[in-house]
Amino acid sequence: MSGRAVDLPPVAKISPFYDPRVRGFVYQGLLVLALGILIYGAASNAIANMQARNIPTNFDFWNKTSGFDINFTLIPYSAQSTFGDAFWVGLLNTLLVAAIGVFFATILGFIVGVARLSPNWIVARMATIYVESLRNVPLLLQLLFWYNAILKPLPGVRDSIVIPGLSGKPFAFLNNRGLVLPQPVFGAEFDLVLAAFGLACLLAAGFWFYARKIQRETGRRLPSGWAGLALVIGLPAIAYFAAGSPLTLDYPVLRGFNFSGGARVLPELVALLLGLILYTATFIAEIVRAGIQSVARGQSEAALALGLSGGQVLRLVVIPQAMRVITPPLTNQFLNLTKNSTLAVFIGYPDLVQVFAGSVLNITGAAVQIIAVTMAVYLVISLLTSLAMSFYMRLTATVER
Amino acid sequence: MADARSVAYVRTQAAPVLPPPALSDGALGWLRANLFSGPFSAIFTVLAVAFIAWVAPGLIRYLFIDAVWTANDGASCRSPEVGACWAYIGQKLPFFMYGSYPREWVWRVNMTLVVGAALIVWLLAPKAPAKQIGAFLFFVVYPLLGFILLSGWEKIGLPKIDTDVWGGVFVSLLVSAVGIVVSLPGGVLLAMGRRSTLPVVRIASVIFIEFVRGVPLITVLFMANFMLPLFLPENWTPDRLLRPLVGVSLFASAYMAEVVRGGLQAMPKGQFEGAMALGLGYGRLMRLVVLPQALTKVIPGIVNTFIGLFKDTTLVAVVGIYDFLRAVDTARLDPVWAGPNISTTGYIFAALFYFIFCFGMSRYSQYMERSLAKDRLR
Repeated sequence: MSGRAVDLPPVAKISPFYDPRVRGFVYQGLLVLALGILIYGAASNAIANMQARNIPTNFDFWNKTSGFDINFTLIPYSAQSTFGDAFWVGLLNTLLVAAIGVFFATILGFIVGVARLSPNWIVARMATIYVESLRNVPLLLQLLFWYNAILKPLPGVRDSIVIPGLSGKPFAFLNNRGLVLPQPVFGAEFDLVLAAFGLACLLAAGFWFYARKIQRETGRRLPSGWAGLALVIGLPAIAYFAAGSPLTLDYPVLRGFNFSGGARVLPELVALLLGLILYTATFIAEIVRAGIQSVARGQSEAALALGLSGGQVLRLVVIPQAMRVITPPLTNQFLNLTKNSTLAVFIGYPDLVQVFAGSVLNITGAAVQIIAVTMAVYLVISLLTSLAMSFYMRLTATVER
Repeated sequence: MADARSVAYVRTQAAPVLPPPALSDGALGWLRANLFSGPFSAIFTVLAVAFIAWVAPGLIRYLFIDAVWTANDGASCRSPEVGACWAYIGQKLPFFMYGSYPREWVWRVNMTLVVGAALIVWLLAPKAPAKQIGAFLFFVVYPLLGFILLSGWEKIGLPKIDTDVWGGVFVSLLVSAVGIVVSLPGGVLLAMGRRSTLPVVRIASVIFIEFVRGVPLITVLFMANFMLPLFLPENWTPDRLLRPLVGVSLFASAYMAEVVRGGLQAMPKGQFEGAMALGLGYGRLMRLVVLPQALTKVIPGIVNTFIGLFKDTTLVAVVGIYDFLRAVDTARLDPVWAGPNISTTGYIFAALFYFIFCFGMSRYSQYMERSLAKDRLR
């Protein structure tokens, strides 16, 4: 633009009324003012209302005795514990459901997503029917169905459905109070098995690096996958038998009206997991399908032309590229599953919302603090997950020329 | 790497010639290609057929052959041999539709639903005329009309009907309709805020959107239910139904904002520059040039948000609203009918209802996606 002097008419001075910068400042000032008035008004109303209704305005309740029991806890908890302990119980129960749910939903979702693209007509059709029917029905309805229509009408404790084990001894019992499974009891020598497992992992990793080096230098492929698998399974197995089978199962036995021994899985937990896994898997399946379809056809054709086998094409060419498309929406689904686990409140599984935003809120009445803490927990989970995700995306980003 | 022959992994001899394909057309060819293309495929086919043969007959017997079609109470549905109890659905249908809304005034609900359906068809049909008028009626006039019809206005002879007795399908549709009517403009405003050059506006929008999207809907509903009355002056008590409506609207707006932002980001810069060069200000630039194009681009995303919103309306039951699912879940406990078959039948019926709505919407979104793509092909 510059360089040659042109006789332009002098620019008229803009009136501040039409100056975009001045206007910007005015708009922002107005927004700050409006938000400030809104927040101040809400806060002062809240304080006045809470004082008028005798609602606590601080966190003093945190260390008081809760006085209610929870039927499923991962840490020691009783009616003498504090409200703070109840919070941790709820949080751990939520994380338990989220972890198990994410694990199985991912596996099922990948299987169904690949099945939808299968050349086998009937397999692809069945996968489509599964995805379309379950993802168009609200999750809450599915949870109620599993809980009220399937698990509740099961027979009572004394008429439990017996699942026989390999030795003919009853292995597990299914009744309307849940699934009773044998509980594993770890002997002192079990540490040896764990140590063997750790060593096997290290060895497998070392062999994998060595095989990669050999392949880069000579093109010869060593069976690193099979060797690693054999190591990771074989070495702990040898250690297990060498240490004299330090793992025993404590079988449940029916005594009177209840079982002694074994571990009981609540029907609420079973229903919640079934619903969450089956529902989330449909969304993961769609993501996986879209991810695989996003890899250009030429990529697999070129890989086949290079002489790679069908499995190698999938493992070395298609999946690494598809994963880059799949990962961001996949983590979104993990977060959705975690947030959807709050529906536990409808079937009575003691998750964070049911215990903390339910029981604790009703007893203490400290609505503002409790809902703020509950929301903060989910926000922190979201934030940590998206941080981990962006870190992963940076690791696997394509190097563009 | 000078000579390909010196590298270990390059083939030095031609690969053996493969035999010609056996069958490639006709019914047998189709079976071979689609069901028995290899040993694994054949195993899967057999397993799948076995699974269908195992499930389908029982399902058909339960739903149709063994089903109870006429009955006056639950006695004939309680025997374990019979299937679904459709008679119960027929008896409870008014309750599922309207909750406890007074029966003599049910025409008000029906009229609201019919007018709403007509307006939605007007807006969604691809070639309907005068959509601006339709949009004005739907977003401005219809909410007023619906409010007057449903809750009543003594002056024109419609008695007030308290929201405590509202329920059923009509409340589910009401919650979704309010969510849609608020979330579209709300989402557009938030998306524009997030793309704004003014830092305060941008930060405020980002905080709101990310906060709402980061927490579960149930906690938003709890907040609306427990905290909204605390935030307002002491003598204002917001209606029991209004509180979840506020919660759902805020929630849906945040999700809608992200969809609209996608559309805004996909707009080429030239559109903004061209509009500015024509001397349009920010308001007219957005209203006349950018938004019409950006919103058309993301119609599939908008419809998907509506599907999610419609399924999420079931959660308002947590703060005590009698939506359709809660009506079904309450009716099954009626001692006249109660029984295991009743629960299952009710859930199957509710599932069918939600499936038809959601599947229909997702088909519409796919259809729009295709016809929009057709637009771009020349």
